[in-house]
Amino acid sequence: MTTHQIEDHGLLRFLTCGSVDDGKSTLIGRLLFDTKTILADTLNAIEKTSQKRGLGAVDLSLLTDGLQAEREQGITIDVAYRYFSTGTRKYIIADAPGHEQYTRNMVTAASTANLAIILIDARKGVLTQTRRHSKLASLVGIPHLVVAINKMDLVDYSQETYEKIKADYLEFAAKVGIEDIRFIPLSALNGDMIVERGERLDWYDGPTLMEILEAVPAAHTEHDEPFRFPVQYVCRPQDSTNPELHDYRGFMGRVESGSIKVGDPVTVLPNGLESTVKAVQIGGVDIGEAFTEQSVTILLADEIDCSRGDMIVKTAEAPAAVKEIRATVCWLAEAPLDRARTYLIRHTTRDSKAKLTAIDHRLDVNTLDKVAADKLAMNDIAEVTFKLAQPLFVDPYAENRGTGAFIVIDESNNNTVGAGMIL
Amino acid sequence: MTQRNTLSHLDWLEAEAIHIMREVAGQCANPVLLFSGGKDSICMLRIAEKAFRPGKFPFPLMHIDTGHNYQEVVAFRDKRAAELGERLIVRSVEDSMKRGTVVLKHEGESRNKHQSVTLLEAIEEFGFDACIGGARRDEEKARAKERIFSFRDEFGQWDPKNQRPELWSLYNARSHKGENIRAFPISNWTEMDVWQYIEREKLELPSIYFAHTRPVVLRQGAIVPVNVPLVSGELTNLPKAGEEIIEKLVRFRTVGDISCTAPVESDADTVEKIVVETATTTITERGATRLDDQTSEASMEQRKKEGYF
Repeated sequence: MTTHQIEDHGLLRFLTCGSVDDGKSTLIGRLLFDTKTILADTLNAIEKTSQKRGLGAVDLSLLTDGLQAEREQGITIDVAYRYFSTGTRKYIIADAPGHEQYTRNMVTAASTANLAIILIDARKGVLTQTRRHSKLASLVGIPHLVVAINKMDLVDYSQETYEKIKADYLEFAAKVGIEDIRFIPLSALNGDMIVERGERLDWYDGPTLMEILEAVPAAHTEHDEPFRFPVQYVCRPQDSTNPELHDYRGFMGRVESGSIKVGDPVTVLPNGLESTVKAVQIGGVDIGEAFTEQSVTILLADEIDCSRGDMIVKTAEAPAAVKEIRATVCWLAEAPLDRARTYLIRHTTRDSKAKLTAIDHRLDVNTLDKVAADKLAMNDIAEVTFKLAQPLFVDPYAENRGTGAFIVIDESNNNTVGAGMIL
Repeated sequence: MTQRNTLSHLDWLEAEAIHIMREVAGQCANPVLLFSGGKDSICMLRIAEKAFRPGKFPFPLMHIDTGHNYQEVVAFRDKRAAELGERLIVRSVEDSMKRGTVVLKHEGESRNKHQSVTLLEAIEEFGFDACIGGARRDEEKARAKERIFSFRDEFGQWDPKNQRPELWSLYNARSHKGENIRAFPISNWTEMDVWQYIEREKLELPSIYFAHTRPVVLRQGAIVPVNVPLVSGELTNLPKAGEEIIEKLVRFRTVGDISCTAPVESDADTVEKIVVETATTTITERGATRLDDQTSEASMEQRKKEGYF
């Protein structure tokens, strides 16, 4: 072992929600800058750009400006991913835009995140978009929310302002049903309470933003989950020169949830055949057991039929096999959902043709009200029912993000047009 | 009671990359893995071994050779493919030049961006519906927004405004005939992750990644290697009149076409030392070493729109 190997607390994916005006890009720039992720040549480039734009100080928000088209428009139009590491943990930031019509981008960014930072401008307090971002974060099942009250420098670092915004937010959060919320006052511009505490927020005795990020539990570690193993690929080397490989049948996939070890009784869905686990391997090497998020190969004691799209589960904890699903769907495409058409639903590694049978109601993400609806357009979120051609093996999304999520594909152009969360 | 475990960051990244490769294999009829002999694609081969062994890879390897590659890297490429017992396809920019599909503006023009043409020709020749590449989002701003499964039209073009939304780990690799998918299993890796993985997996690398002495000139602030022997033995990157050749201790952080990759000064001659150096460097990987990205701030985005990786 080499000397620089240090403790590894895994990887945390988080999302920042807010508009450019809330200082979101500055916050991300600050996180990258203070963790020394930004290197000298990148800093030189943004210094030059800042000067060109006639800015006095270096504008850290320029670090997260992505593509040419956006630079010309001066807005972020898509989800961008940024990386930094503290030495003990690696972070992936999904940078989602705050603009009204980009609900779909936020849902996309939130789908892989385990924590969301909701930015509030201390001068403006809780706004419609704050409510929208919080609701979306909760809908997509992000377990941890950090409400960052930014621009404290512009309100004289006033504790009173901070407490008032916190109280307003809590009142609304109770309605949404968000559980783990932490509040923190910040100045992304000056770097107060991000990595360093600074000297101007002495009345706040909670952790810095970085301390919160370092301490949040990694995904899948907070409660027990049933074993779910969607089969991606079957390995059959059929090597007649090697007797050991001649009969090798390895079921390859990633453990979506739970754990498995040699000897465990399992059932293969949809055929319902039972067997026991003979081996768990990575790259042909036995590892004995596997847990959530590991990509492994499972060998069974009996020769049973199993292929891509099937799911291996523990016999005692099989999920529901359903041919109709009720789900919250976010529509992602320009063309509205067409009730007359058949779509393709992809759930884990399994596809099924699907037809909409009902729109129960649409969700107004600004007011959080349920409203009647008979169509679904881009950025709309609704509770709907789909009828399926093939059974899917599902868990409610609230219990299992891996087996509760699906995407809707339009087969005419192969675009991903909807994101679904099973109720 | 189920035991709750947290994967280390390298284990998590590896598991994600394996999952992505298997999705390509499961969803696409005729994929190919691009292998240059560079460090990122060397990691990709280890991931492919973990994903598919004891079976064979469900795809061939392919290199688009500009004809201006370092001898050491080309030799390593062939050796590694042979060790793995996997099929290696090599298609050459020089053949595209002979066919007239690549026309250099002048003899000395970098062939790097012209790889796009040869790649598209190879995709057509073999009917590939997916190319697996080792690009990382931390390399460059335009890459930060690219999907893990990136859809390209018949002309190999990437349209940043028309990308498929990518949610959870549900990847959509569907394409119509003639279109193709570029899949990037190590999108979420940084340069540091790559070096840590090379260290952990004890991966062998071409010698030019480690500190060595070579003749260079200083040109516009960059260290430019000169008198570099090609596979044919011919020397390329000849110094310009008046340039002073100096012997410097250098290593390459990134390896590509000789005309556009520059080394950095370094005495790191082991992977361990490179990991330490990577942790303390002040210059980005491409900033230090890629002469082609500096032309304009948006040059990578432009190349990608034209079919580049």
